[in-house]
Amino acid sequence: MKRKKIIQRFVCLLLAMILLSPAATLKAENNFYTYVYDIWGEAKESPDAYSAQLRVFGIDFGIGDFRQPQGMYAAGDRVYIADTGNNRIVELLAGTESLSLVRVIDTFKNGDADDTFKSPNDVFVDKKGDFYICDTENKRVVHLDKDLNLVKLLLQPVDETYDASQDFLPTKIVVDDAGRALVLGRNVNKGVIQYSPEGEFTGYIGASKVTFSMVDYIWKKLSTQAQRAQMESFVPTEYNNIALDKDGFAYVTTSVFSEWDLKDDKAKPIRKLNSMGSDILIKNGDTPPIGDIDWGEGAGIKGPSKLIDVTPLENDIYYAIDRTRCRIFGYDSQGQLLYAFGGNGNMMGYFMNPVALDHLGTDLYVLDSRTNSVTKLVLTNYGIQINNAILAYQKGDYDLSADYWREVLKLNSNYDLAYLGIGRALLRQNRYEEAMEYFELKYYGRAYSKAFKLWRKEWIEEHIAYFIVGLLILIIVPKTIKTVKKVKREVSEE
Amino acid sequence: MKIAEKINKESLNEYKRSLRFSLHVIGHPFDGFWDLIHEKRGSMAAANTILIAVLLIRIWRTQLTNFMFILYRPEKFNVLMCVLEILVPIAIGCVSNWCLTTLFDGKGTLKNIYMAVCYAYTPYVLLQLPMIFISNIVTREEGVFWSYMDRFTDIWIAILILAAMMMIHDYGLGKAIFAAIATAIGMLIIIFILLLFFSLISDGFAYFISLYKEIVFRFY
Repeated sequence: MKRKKIIQRFVCLLLAMILLSPAATLKAENNFYTYVYDIWGEAKESPDAYSAQLRVFGIDFGIGDFRQPQGMYAAGDRVYIADTGNNRIVELLAGTESLSLVRVIDTFKNGDADDTFKSPNDVFVDKKGDFYICDTENKRVVHLDKDLNLVKLLLQPVDETYDASQDFLPTKIVVDDAGRALVLGRNVNKGVIQYSPEGEFTGYIGASKVTFSMVDYIWKKLSTQAQRAQMESFVPTEYNNIALDKDGFAYVTTSVFSEWDLKDDKAKPIRKLNSMGSDILIKNGDTPPIGDIDWGEGAGIKGPSKLIDVTPLENDIYYAIDRTRCRIFGYDSQGQLLYAFGGNGNMMGYFMNPVALDHLGTDLYVLDSRTNSVTKLVLTNYGIQINNAILAYQKGDYDLSADYWREVLKLNSNYDLAYLGIGRALLRQNRYEEAMEYFELKYYGRAYSKAFKLWRKEWIEEHIAYFIVGLLILIIVPKTIKTVKKVKREVSEE
Repeated sequence: MKIAEKINKESLNEYKRSLRFSLHVIGHPFDGFWDLIHEKRGSMAAANTILIAVLLIRIWRTQLTNFMFILYRPEKFNVLMCVLEILVPIAIGCVSNWCLTTLFDGKGTLKNIYMAVCYAYTPYVLLQLPMIFISNIVTREEGVFWSYMDRFTDIWIAILILAAMMMIHDYGLGKAIFAAIATAIGMLIIIFILLLFFSLISDGFAYFISLYKEIVFRFY
């Protein structure tokens, strides 16, 4: 009898566990730690916006493993990898769910003779199919046509602004539609080296101003030789990566800055350079796009994000990848963080030493030079809804945008941008009071103020009649009382 | 019945008069503070009333002001801290000021100083209460006025306190400013000693607690 009871209880417990387990399995699907920051700068977990679809190694194509690859470029349906350690460029064809080898480029025709690369760091392919390869150790950028015949070489600039004693080591390259090449070189801190379509050096763009404060100067005077060597030197920024967006603006990243300059937007780790070289990135978020806001410390990892590559998509969303914590940050065109995901690790979707990030459509490709692999990340339903909402808003279809944002809210009720999006749509529909409610929920003061102003105007217009009546009563009633009293007095006097 | 007897009409009138006197003080600080102390025009009851009003308004202010102007985190809000942020500086300031002014032949007693400081906070009550309401009917752009008003309140209170110091202790302006700076330093010293005291006490406790634990572990 007693035993039966125990068994009964055990079965009940099991049943309860089974009934409660769907929550657990749902959680297990969240393989990739995705989060956003709220207004207080605290990380809030969110559903996955991107999930890793596949990871490929060189050995999967039968060409031997990649060896410390440094650069990647994706366009059309091709992904090009600069396999630095193996002195070759690997061209891959991107299918919907696979990557396949097209060819391995390790020689090219230099006139009649064959020529090879020496640790190529980056590759770029223009719309005609011409290759631009940073042949780093050979101190040149090689321009090949699509049949791998040499068109021209971009060599060390012969100019007084370029220090001739320093080796020219090109590391990153992009070429705009007009054929102007923008090259980043190792130890070049004057900005982006620009070449004309003919291959002539035309100057630098985007050099940041050297800031030098009095306090720094005094501090430096007081410190010893050894301390001075330890200090950061007053050199301008050295960019570490470059990418072109759909309009031909160059996005660059840098990881040389002082930590305390990040949050007040002096460091500018991501910049969008126009042709004059000035930074035109829009920053309307609570914090500028700097990667992680809450740095924390643990497992030997500390300090701010070091963004090492950026890729702007056709819908003006841009993604940047961080070397410190191996996370990818997505920002919309207003500079607001959409989501951050990824991390340091061996699992698919995590990275050990990411070096390059690129995109085909909305798919992201990440090159890892420690695991020598390429990871493909695809949007989840959640990510698609966010993209749709942003796209609908940009097109001016505010109702549709609000509908998408409501879908996003169903998946993640902690998503601040969705509240802002719905509020904005309501504002456009002249539903001020509801808009105010949405803005107040997430403390969007600026937007709230706008909605409040319109609501107040409407309210006063509606109630103006009462005001006038009230005012009239205030004026007329005492006057009538006075006259009545006066008349009464006059009557009684008579 | 007993209470009603206690609060007889005479003392209630006295209380009302002393409370109304605060309106005179903020407009005429020199005459006001002189009369407040030396002519016995103020009362402790009125001073306490003003201080309680200040504390209440401070709490309401954080809660009811529109979020465009004061953004507070509901989950991190602590009424006690909100109150102590005003009470502790006033308490330490009064003590520090009294300690120093007795050395520099100030005439005021601790009671005088406390009463004068409380009366000096009257503008806070008069200005911040309507500001809570106003913050809810202005936009962000019009709110510049709101932050100016905030600054204005602080400056007014500072001037009143300085005037109070001059009148209570019978100081000139230079000496009053010097006393104010010395008071600030004195406050820092008091806080330092308090911290030292508490950390020593907690260390002492920790010693006995670890001793107790040691014994417990040994014999169990």
